[in-house]
Amino acid sequence: MNFFTNLDFWFTVLRCTTPVLFATMAALIASQSGLLNLGLEGAMTIAALCGVLGSGFTGSLFVGAITGIAAGTVYTMLLAYFIQHFKANQVITGVALNLAAGGGSVFCLYSLTGDKNASNSLASAAFPALKIPVIDGIPGLGDILSGHNCLTYVAFLVAILLFIVLNKTDFGVHIRAVGESEEAARSVGINVEKVRYQAMFISGVLASLGGMYLSMGYVNRFTASMVAGRGYIALATNAMAAGSALLGMVSSILYGFGSGISIYLQNNNVDPYLITIIPYASIIVFYVIFSFYYKVKRRSEETL
Amino acid sequence: MGEEILRVEDLTKIYPGGVLANYNINFSVNKGEIHALVGENGAGKSTLMKMLYGIEEITSGKFYLYGKEVHFHSSKDAIAAGIGMVHQHMMLVPSLTVAENLVLGIEKKKGLFLDKKKAIEETEAISKKYNLYVEANKRVRDISIGMKQKLEILKTMYRGAKIIILDEPTAVLAPQETEELFEQLLNLKKEGYTILFISHKLQEVKYLCDRLTVLKDGRSIGTYNVADVTPEEISRLMVGRDVKLEYDKDEQEFGDRILTVDHLNYTDKFGTKKVDDLHFSLRAGEVLGIAGIEGNGQKEAMDILTGNLKAESGSILYRGKELTGMSITDNRKAGIAHVPEDRNLNGCAPEMSVRDNLIAASMDKFSSHSILNPAAIEDYCNTCVRDFRVKTAGLDTSIKSLSGGNVQKAIVAREFTAGADVIVLNQPTRGVDVGAMEFIHKKILEMRAEKKSLILVSADLAELRALSDRIIVFHKGKVAGVLDDISKVTEEELGLYMLGLKQDSDEKLKEA
Repeated sequence: MNFFTNLDFWFTVLRCTTPVLFATMAALIASQSGLLNLGLEGAMTIAALCGVLGSGFTGSLFVGAITGIAAGTVYTMLLAYFIQHFKANQVITGVALNLAAGGGSVFCLYSLTGDKNASNSLASAAFPALKIPVIDGIPGLGDILSGHNCLTYVAFLVAILLFIVLNKTDFGVHIRAVGESEEAARSVGINVEKVRYQAMFISGVLASLGGMYLSMGYVNRFTASMVAGRGYIALATNAMAAGSALLGMVSSILYGFGSGISIYLQNNNVDPYLITIIPYASIIVFYVIFSFYYKVKRRSEETL
Repeated sequence: MGEEILRVEDLTKIYPGGVLANYNINFSVNKGEIHALVGENGAGKSTLMKMLYGIEEITSGKFYLYGKEVHFHSSKDAIAAGIGMVHQHMMLVPSLTVAENLVLGIEKKKGLFLDKKKAIEETEAISKKYNLYVEANKRVRDISIGMKQKLEILKTMYRGAKIIILDEPTAVLAPQETEELFEQLLNLKKEGYTILFISHKLQEVKYLCDRLTVLKDGRSIGTYNVADVTPEEISRLMVGRDVKLEYDKDEQEFGDRILTVDHLNYTDKFGTKKVDDLHFSLRAGEVLGIAGIEGNGQKEAMDILTGNLKAESGSILYRGKELTGMSITDNRKAGIAHVPEDRNLNGCAPEMSVRDNLIAASMDKFSSHSILNPAAIEDYCNTCVRDFRVKTAGLDTSIKSLSGGNVQKAIVAREFTAGADVIVLNQPTRGVDVGAMEFIHKKILEMRAEKKSLILVSADLAELRALSDRIIVFHKGKVAGVLDDISKVTEEELGLYMLGLKQDSDEKLKEA
């Protein structure tokens, strides 16, 4: 485990954090409004595919990005519509849409490009990497923080922005009020359904960005089931965050840490199947620790 | 008194599904008065105020505000028209601060952000102006119930309400908090606010209000000056019935005391002492009636007796066996059956079939090695349905599709056939039609003839007089009166005990 001192390892941690950080923020804003966005996995998959297709066919990164965001957001709004308008069960609808997205993405890829598992024949665009002017020059820190894909910086900015929105603006307070006490919000004239649609819209945009990072940044093509459960992981990291976007950043980095370890262990002589468990297993361990902490905290508050 | 500002004419509400909740309600409220709406549970108070506050649409009738007819489509309209409402269950967001709750929905902004400083200033200002003290910076989850209520009142005034509806505001308050609230309400009255006070506690109405309107069975009985009527008269208007209930009861020899409640105590989560050093006993073969204004500990005492609630201290001896601390199952096995107060909440599982509900309490009787015996169940259920005249399309129909009276008959069937020696009945005929009521009464007298012992808690004094061999009256968690000679008991006398205006001597109460 000598790679902990390796600067590249910590660079990788942030790289792995990015998609889950987007998804965690997407889960966070939905859950703060009182909805469970179980469709994150599907939204990420669809955005990952549509971003690649959009940029591949037009040759424009911008068109690709817009296509990806639009597709993932429409998908999420569809889920919101089922939940709010038809009062459908959130879990069942979310899982159903995810399954549809999983199969549908492969089907679309094949019918549009002829590729079966990966979009190898398509020359799709990628989001560029950025060097941060001053920090890049600092030895050590620059190696870890600078030179990431621009979406990585967007993800961290989004987390900070979301923290401010939820705590400092009326929109954020309305989201929290609706999520925590629907009747109270309704009784003062807040349009509960509208606030939830708005929250789900933002959730959809964020999930799309997370999905596109995977196919247009992390790697440069779409492959089947490339989201690999990150949309579900985000539900756990969101639960750890307990409503705070900044804590959500921390829990996402914990996932990135586990993910980084599994990547670096591949160089050692360890069974590769065992290694792929690491990020998922570590998040379970972290989640248990967080839950225990919250429980103890709650109990000590109650006895006050 | 000031001019009339609110008036309703022939207000009627029929819920989808045909439930008639309000029928031709008429009353008016004057500016600057505290007007009470009194009535029993189910009399239609909450439906009426939901219509006034725009939560429920009016089916027919007219609603005038300041002489002009108004139509509300949501509570937003009511707020805009200057009506505010303080719900019994607080409409507050626990994790937001007092100030954030006060301005929720109509926040002032400073650029892109919320102006939290302004919100706190405004909270402190309005709090000071009306002498309703709240801590602006605290999160709502950390403040007391009394402060939450003050915040709710401030919320309505902050939104410009001139008429404030309070829905049983004292139900959740400790006595000291209640006193404080009343002082503040009288203060608001001086400031020119009009208050609609919904309650069934007559002492409070007598103390606080100027006029009162009595609701009964969804109708308005009339509006009176509080000074002109006695609590006894109000209570008769609220609960009195025109139908005379008279049954022939056989003279019966009563056995020993088989159940004795002693020094029983219980405090609810709001810190109110609901059962206070309670003592009474039940003799074999009698129907013991329990009277009392709702909220005086009857419900809690019965819940403890049947294992649904844990007593703080005290004992319940049943044939020499201690019942406190026993589980509901052990309690039932010991021979105590229970018809709970709220049939849809605890009485039955509404979604499940009539069959499943009938056998719910005695599953082991119909099973061997955990396998249910369908033939025996079929047999038993058919007998129940026949003997208790439960009108149902079949045993597999979900019980919620039955009418209230038939649901109650099914529950009574289950409990009466459980083979228990003691049957606790809590409001067994509340909200059922007259036919079902008389049938249930007949069954109660049949059980009495079979030498079973019954405890009958009821808000219906006529019912208590018609069925009981003895009546005890609850007041503030204690027995205030014991009435042994039923033939001489009048509703007026019961009312005096219920209101705490009359109290039997300690020696007599020991005999209870």
